[in-house]
Amino acid sequence: MTKTNTLILIEHDRQQVKRPSLHAVTAAQQLGGDYSLLLLGSAVGEMAKSLLGYGAASLLVADHAELAEPLADRYALVIADAFQKCGATTLLGTSSTFSKDILPRAAALLDAPMLTDVMTIEGNGNSFTRPINAGSMIATVQLGSERRVLSIRASAFAAPTGNTAVSPIEQLAVDAALLPNGMQFVSREERISDRPDLTEARVVVGGGRPLKDKETFDRLVGGLADALGGAIGATRAAVDTGLAPNDYQIGQTGKVIAPDLYIALGISGAIQHLAGIKDSRVIIAINKDPDAPIFQMATYALVGDVHQVVPELIEALRDRE
Amino acid sequence: MTQPVEKILVAFKSVPDPYEAAAPGDSGSTAKSVINPFDEIAIEEALRIRERGETSEIVGVTIGPSSIDEQVRAAMAMGVDRAIRIDDARLLDPYAVARILRGVIEKEAPQLVLMGKQAVDDDSNQVGQMLAGLLGWPQATFVSKIELLDNRTRARCTRETDAGLEVIDVNLPAIITADLRLNEPRYVSLPGLIKARKKPIDVQTCQQLGVIVEPLTRLSSTARPARRSAGTRVESVAELVIKLKEEAKVL
Ligand SMILES: Cc1cc2nc3c(=O)[nH]c(=O)nc-3n(C[C@H](O)[C@H](O)[C@H](O)COP(=O)(O)OP(=O)(O)OC[C@H]3O[C@@H](n4cnc5c(N)ncnc54)[C@H](O)[C@@H]3O)c2cc1C
Ligand SMILES: Nc1ncnc2c1ncn2[C@@H]1O[C@H](COP(=O)(O)O)[C@@H](O)[C@H]1O
Repeated sequence: MTKTNTLILIEHDRQQVKRPSLHAVTAAQQLGGDYSLLLLGSAVGEMAKSLLGYGAASLLVADHAELAEPLADRYALVIADAFQKCGATTLLGTSSTFSKDILPRAAALLDAPMLTDVMTIEGNGNSFTRPINAGSMIATVQLGSERRVLSIRASAFAAPTGNTAVSPIEQLAVDAALLPNGMQFVSREERISDRPDLTEARVVVGGGRPLKDKETFDRLVGGLADALGGAIGATRAAVDTGLAPNDYQIGQTGKVIAPDLYIALGISGAIQHLAGIKDSRVIIAINKDPDAPIFQMATYALVGDVHQVVPELIEALRDRE
Repeated sequence: MTQPVEKILVAFKSVPDPYEAAAPGDSGSTAKSVINPFDEIAIEEALRIRERGETSEIVGVTIGPSSIDEQVRAAMAMGVDRAIRIDDARLLDPYAVARILRGVIEKEAPQLVLMGKQAVDDDSNQVGQMLAGLLGWPQATFVSKIELLDNRTRARCTRETDAGLEVIDVNLPAIITADLRLNEPRYVSLPGLIKARKKPIDVQTCQQLGVIVEPLTRLSSTARPARRSAGTRVESVAELVIKLKEEAKVL
């Protein structure tokens, strides 16, 4: 197997590669040395072809029916095995529920420490910054071991530029008899949406608890998002009360976004929510309380009732052409 | 005959109260300590499993110095049958915590380990997965529903993922990490707290457990992130649209 310094775990949704996971290529380049990409799944041959132009020393592919679902016990084992065979010292991924589930387990198999949500790489690749306490502080940390596992915050690293050199594909042999089978996939409930992915969207509209019911949430938050071609997000309070599904949650324990424009509708601005929106370029807040904490960090603040203001805004945007 | 899960172990951490540091810019350093909210949810879930008659014992475990005994008592007041504190005052990283917890688990031999998905101070989201890897046990992370199946030899878990919800089955023994919507933890009554004051805490050391670990992560500094400042107040939707077009250029 081709030797490498950094092994990058690629994420996909069984149809295509998740673009944020490619931002790890930029992080690998900052670390220095060679990097290889690792793709696991079932019948992923077509997808592999989309990964050949990123300057990787090789593209490792573990393609097996038994890897159709990303079950952590078997995925971590295959990843740790590939890591050892290619002689890597760093295992890299992007902070997502997929990576957060699997990478720490792989770290334990490799007897390596891990850092979650790395934002910057400093000191020749030996020092890292990451947010702690819901992003209210930034920690600078070093790792005292040769092997290490890092999950990067995708929005903190640029998308990689393409490369004309073509990486060689290396198929990894997967012995199904050696895979653990203590975890079984049962089912999945995913919504098919025409809207852009929350973590990749240029515009995101977020809704809070005052959106009252699902119908109002969809009409106001969804309506504004559609008028701008954006994605929908929500606060924990909105998800807890059933206004929005769990995967819309933005914040410390949900998704971290960094769009050009974030519009917060009826959102108080709790530190746990801000943790997920701080890196948005422009933030608009619409809140009826002039003292709402969200106004302390919004680029544009409009004091008003969302039930009245948002339909007006949707109307104004429709008329803008 | 249905066998109950004999013992559930719940790992919990003491953290600064996240609700006290709820304004942007607050450091949280003066906040009082509480049980990590995700761990409180894990404890609550264990209590509910016991209330359904599906387990006979709940053991709570935490690692930290004696200053966290108040959170240990809070766990006992919630209803854990016994509490172990591994006395360690060092700044540990998740991998060190996982290795110490492995020592406790090897000694206690529970059939199920419940814990939070994430400690809200270090925000690592690692310990449960590392522990499962070290033990070679199945894991279910970010769980919002647990159902014990097949004579309680398996757990059916609903997981909150980036794409929605996923259901998996894990054979026991397993590690399950709790997400926010698994349940709503009960309030601890004052009499409950007073009663818990009298219960003994089983204090052990890493040495007694036979676990020798050094944290591999070194925290060299912490700093406040650059703060966004308050921007412009606009008076109307029309003004907002003009600003977005002409100033922010996002339309
Ligand atoms: C461990 C932990 C993790 C958490 N993780 C997250 C997370 O990942 N993401 C997250 O978002 N939260 C998270 N939270 C919750 C967070 O602390 C807040 O409770 C939550 O963000 C509040 O949501 P909200 O702003 O929608 O609701 P509220 O706090 O109820 O605020 C509603 C706001 O809307 C305004 N308003 C009311 N009516 C109207 C109206 N008609 N028009 C305009 N404005 C109106 C009010 O003035 C208020 O400011 C977490 C909390 C904990 C403890
Ligand atoms: N010092 C500790 N003592 C006991 N459990 C802990 C400790 N630190 C972390 N944990 C457990 O590990 C989970 C995940 O923590 P972390 O990986 O640090 O985000 C927490 O929710 C706790 O259940």
